[in-house]
Amino acid sequence: MRTTLHPALIVIASIIFIILIAPLFIILGAAVSDTNYLTFPPQGFTMRWFTNIFEISAFRTTAITSLQIAFFGTFLALLIGIPAAYALNRFRIRLPSWLSNVFVLPILVPEIVLGFSLMKSVTINLGLPVFATLMLGHALLVLPYAVRVVGASLASFDFSIEEAAISLGCPPLKTFLTVVLPNISAGVIAAFILAFITSINDVSISLFLTGPGISTLPIQILAHMEQFFDPTIASVSVLLMLLTVGVMAIVEATLGLTFLTK
Amino acid sequence: MIKRLSPWILAGPASLLVLVFLILPVGSTLIATFTDAKGWAAPYATFFNSGFRRTVLYRTIEISLITTVISVILGFIAAYVVAQMPGRLKSIMIIAAVFPLLTGVVVRSFAWLILLGKNGILNSALLSMGIISEPISMLYTEGAVIAAMVYLFVPLMILTLAGVLEGIPKDVVEAATSLGAAPFAVFRQVILPLAMPGLIVGAVLVFTGSFTSYATPQLLGGERQMMMGTLLYQRAMVTFDWTGASTVAAIMVVVTIAIVMLMTRLARRLNPMAG
Repeated sequence: MRTTLHPALIVIASIIFIILIAPLFIILGAAVSDTNYLTFPPQGFTMRWFTNIFEISAFRTTAITSLQIAFFGTFLALLIGIPAAYALNRFRIRLPSWLSNVFVLPILVPEIVLGFSLMKSVTINLGLPVFATLMLGHALLVLPYAVRVVGASLASFDFSIEEAAISLGCPPLKTFLTVVLPNISAGVIAAFILAFITSINDVSISLFLTGPGISTLPIQILAHMEQFFDPTIASVSVLLMLLTVGVMAIVEATLGLTFLTK
Repeated sequence: MIKRLSPWILAGPASLLVLVFLILPVGSTLIATFTDAKGWAAPYATFFNSGFRRTVLYRTIEISLITTVISVILGFIAAYVVAQMPGRLKSIMIIAAVFPLLTGVVVRSFAWLILLGKNGILNSALLSMGIISEPISMLYTEGAVIAAMVYLFVPLMILTLAGVLEGIPKDVVEAATSLGAAPFAVFRQVILPLAMPGLIVGAVLVFTGSFTSYATPQLLGGERQMMMGTLLYQRAMVTFDWTGASTVAAIMVVVTIAIVMLMTRLARRLNPMAG
């Protein structure tokens, strides 16, 4: 689609894009301000808020928990999500049509309701450890990425290649690992990245599933903000934005960022 | 035998995870609101008899609707421009939309805390221009929540619509133009109807996202602008009123699913490419 653009539209769009990015630079400015309160433009320059993060042990421990949860949750979601996506594509006629809708449920049910329900039923009634519930909650949260993004890759995969390998005597599991998987690797990488970043940033599920001694970074940030209004949070945010930059670099290198508009 | 069961064996673990850790827990939360000792659906009577909780529900609907309308308009304009930009500029614009999207809700809401705070950039600007004589409190207002939510959801809208708008065949637009349609007529009669399904999908995502949000109303609205998400948390973790919390949860689920189903049906009916 290409028509002539009215100059006013270009101006409005430019303003929108500037407003999308500007607040993130404001965080960067606030993070280096030599004041005890959050302010922009920064007054003076200091890195002490960055060193302050590492002095507060809660940030360190929750960051580690967040990374563990995101890694194991995403890994579990892919481990069970990829076979599900494969089954849904390969055996479409032999599986009931509602089954694919089951994997949409984690998107449909509000996250905060899922978090609350998991706390009530799983942590308290079943007595499952907080860490395990947290990980399963995050695996559920990101399962739709595993099923749908990998599914999209499988939809364009030519299954006759797989049949060729099998008819030549290759065992099914080996066929999957050496023939199918390499062909859908872009989808798997994309699913992993989207799932990981979603899990790292999640608030609503973790909110109810953090207990004494165990919490995730976003929850710790919220808790810190309720007590202090100093630039420490700004510097933590800068570190999280660096993570985003890293993730975007990986997406650009593997799939190209335009992938995200599809 | 194994062969016949293999689809189920492959899809089984994932289905089981959804069943055990989503359908059953959420189901039990919903059922709890109907099996209260005080009588069938009594928790709903409690909810709707409380002026405070009713206000929270209405406020949540109002904020979500306003957020959706503004996000749709701004997102459409931005996506429309993105779809027609040459390659290089387009990538820059997509990066500008993806970056905030991949940055967490907490960080993005926090940015507005700095913008709107007492020592924030907006107050400093207004002070230096002499419009106000002392810092005004902009936080904990409905406007603050809406501003941050629009900021949250515009990137999502842009990315949803950019793909849809790029997919509109340029022949269709050219045909309309060469047949003498004015630019606005092309927009209203050709582009808008073709973009409608994407627009509806985006609007649903924004509405349900706002309706069930927690971090943004918590940070920018506080107690004064309590929304359904913050009410659910307050009921469950501050007052330990689990029945009350479950009722809030049930209302959230019903509203979300009703909106999704209604709009999916509407999108199907409005899709000019279908049937």
